[in-house]
Amino acid sequence: MEAAESTQTLATGDGDLVRVSDLRVRFVTKETTVYAVNGVDFSLAPGEVLGILGESGSGKTVTLRALIRLLPEDRAQVSGRVLVGDNDMLRLPKGDLQSVRGRTIAMIFQEPMTALDPVYTVGYQIAETIVRHESCSWREAEARALDLFEQVQVPSPKQRLKSYPHELSGGLRQRAMIALALSCRPGVLLADEPTTALDATVQIQILLLLRELQKEMGVIFVTHDMGVAGEIADRLAIMYAGRLVETGPVTQVMREPLHPYTKGLLSSTVHGSMRGQRLQTIEGSPPNLEELPDACSFAPRCPHVREACREAVPEPVQAAPERMARCILVNPA
Amino acid sequence: MDYILRRILYAIPIALGVTVIVFSLVYMGPVDPLTAVTPDDAEPHVIEMIKKQYGFDKPIPVQYLIWLKRALMGDFGVSLQSNRPVIEEVIPALRKTMMLAMVATGLAFSVAFVLGVLAAYHNGTWMDRIFTGTAVIGVSVPNYWLSIVLVVIFAVELNWLPAVGMGPRGSGEWEWDLVHIRYLILPVIAVSAIPVGIITRTTRACVLEMLSQEFVPALHSKGITSVRVLVHVVRNAAPTVLAATGIQFGHLLGGSILVETVFVWPGTGYLLNESIFRRDFPVLQGTIAVLAIFFVLINLIVDIVQTWLDPRIKRG
Ligand SMILES: Nc1ncnc2c1ncn2[C@@H]1O[C@H](COP(=O)(O)OP(=O)(O)O)[C@@H](O)[C@H]1O
Ligand SMILES: [Mg+2]
Repeated sequence: MEAAESTQTLATGDGDLVRVSDLRVRFVTKETTVYAVNGVDFSLAPGEVLGILGESGSGKTVTLRALIRLLPEDRAQVSGRVLVGDNDMLRLPKGDLQSVRGRTIAMIFQEPMTALDPVYTVGYQIAETIVRHESCSWREAEARALDLFEQVQVPSPKQRLKSYPHELSGGLRQRAMIALALSCRPGVLLADEPTTALDATVQIQILLLLRELQKEMGVIFVTHDMGVAGEIADRLAIMYAGRLVETGPVTQVMREPLHPYTKGLLSSTVHGSMRGQRLQTIEGSPPNLEELPDACSFAPRCPHVREACREAVPEPVQAAPERMARCILVNPA
Repeated sequence: MDYILRRILYAIPIALGVTVIVFSLVYMGPVDPLTAVTPDDAEPHVIEMIKKQYGFDKPIPVQYLIWLKRALMGDFGVSLQSNRPVIEEVIPALRKTMMLAMVATGLAFSVAFVLGVLAAYHNGTWMDRIFTGTAVIGVSVPNYWLSIVLVVIFAVELNWLPAVGMGPRGSGEWEWDLVHIRYLILPVIAVSAIPVGIITRTTRACVLEMLSQEFVPALHSKGITSVRVLVHVVRNAAPTVLAATGIQFGHLLGGSILVETVFVWPGTGYLLNESIFRRDFPVLQGTIAVLAIFFVLINLIVDIVQTWLDPRIKRG
């Protein structure tokens, strides 16, 4: 129990918690192939919150699930490299993978109503995870579950532990989900639009809670809400058609976006009241992912499009020490 | 609790409706019940006497009420054939049918559950196709035909198992020993076929549905082992699968007329068959009434168990 009191210390070779290189995912069925993720690179430092931002269908969920190897094995072809600490996630044997999941890296789902098992109490589900990973009795695990419920500020936690998911409000369900994800004090937390299903006030409460609990934990936070991203993230990664088109510190990206897509996202957002703004105000629609053209995916919608944009996929340009954009219009530092 | 009480209250009108149907059955048949109980050469004053004795002289609704009142006390009249109280014929027969139905349901559930879960986990593979195919055959083969085939193969040709009866001649009461259990095997297989098919398909469909739920990847994301995830999936599928099983049990109580006749298994199905041929309408009425009440009762129990297993069904 002692060792588990603090978040696990993890590091890849370079001192990062997570390092993703050239991650690619395609879904192959008899009828079609969907190129969902097409070469994604990023890393996550200890204590950092990385916000992945992008329109619906841009591949955020698939990226997140690939990190914890949760994609359907029969359909999803995943390549590249994902390091979580020193675990090579895509090549880990099944048994090791099961020990890493939930303990080293955990996930908060978008819809806690469906992500929690409806026929078990939330307390049971938390205790189950604790017992799975730590050598402790069921009773100790239940005591821990109570601590966790207090931490995530569930009112009358003792009774609520005995509730079934459908008996809780949306906000409480998401708190239960967070408690569940944090139950073994993972080093890395993946959060897939954890506040999208909630109303505005509850959203803020959950974001504040996550910020408070996060401390030394690394968090990858997926959202399609500019305001939410600005609120929670240290660094932003903008995703379009399965690629990261821009990455950088949150204030810099928001103040001075480099990629035309990021600019488009921001121009539609009035500063100060960004929360709740959906990212659908750019002309045109996202590309069809059933083909993977040798061109910038944003070219058909881009106001600054050139001939060269349609000839090759733009290489990442290092515009400043911590800033990257995949656009031929961006000047290297 | 309230919910259960309400279910029980709902069951009462259903049960009453059943008694009306059972009672009217006798009048819907091709033979006038009066003709059935009177000798062909009876004199008019004898016919009048019999009419009075059975109450046929009263209006039908009154006859029904009298019949219902007696039936509620377990009195379904006297068998025209044996002159014994109907209930004394029905209860032992029901016990034998119950035995057959319970063993068959237990077997069917065990087999079907494994087949259904495996088929769902291997959705679309040859294993799924074989199990699903088996299920379809199980449902579509007429069980009397299956009975005859079983008898021909295992009793007549191979001579491994007895063809008819519940025990060797003169062996007396049923006992759970090898001598008697041999007599149970073929009838049980014959009546299990349909339940196996239906429960397999229900299990497969239900487990497949559960596997597509978000809580499955969520459990994997917590590092829960595959076996424990299976437990969650099965626990979620349980209310539906058990309901299907319970209903199959209900069907087995009432639906084995032909199988019991082929195997000369002296249960309610056999009794029904006999009473139809002998125009023994009190036995016919009594047997159907008892079976129907049991069917309503089983449905009620299934409902209650389902409520108890699924926390989402409102109990208030
Ligand atoms: N299991 C799957 N099978 C086939 N295609 C999928 C699957 N999961 C996601 N996709 C496709 O991958 C693309 C990216 O989806 P997703 O990552 O869910 O987007 P989002 O950014 O909204 O989270 C979409 O075109 C989606 O249709
Ligand atoms: Mg998504």
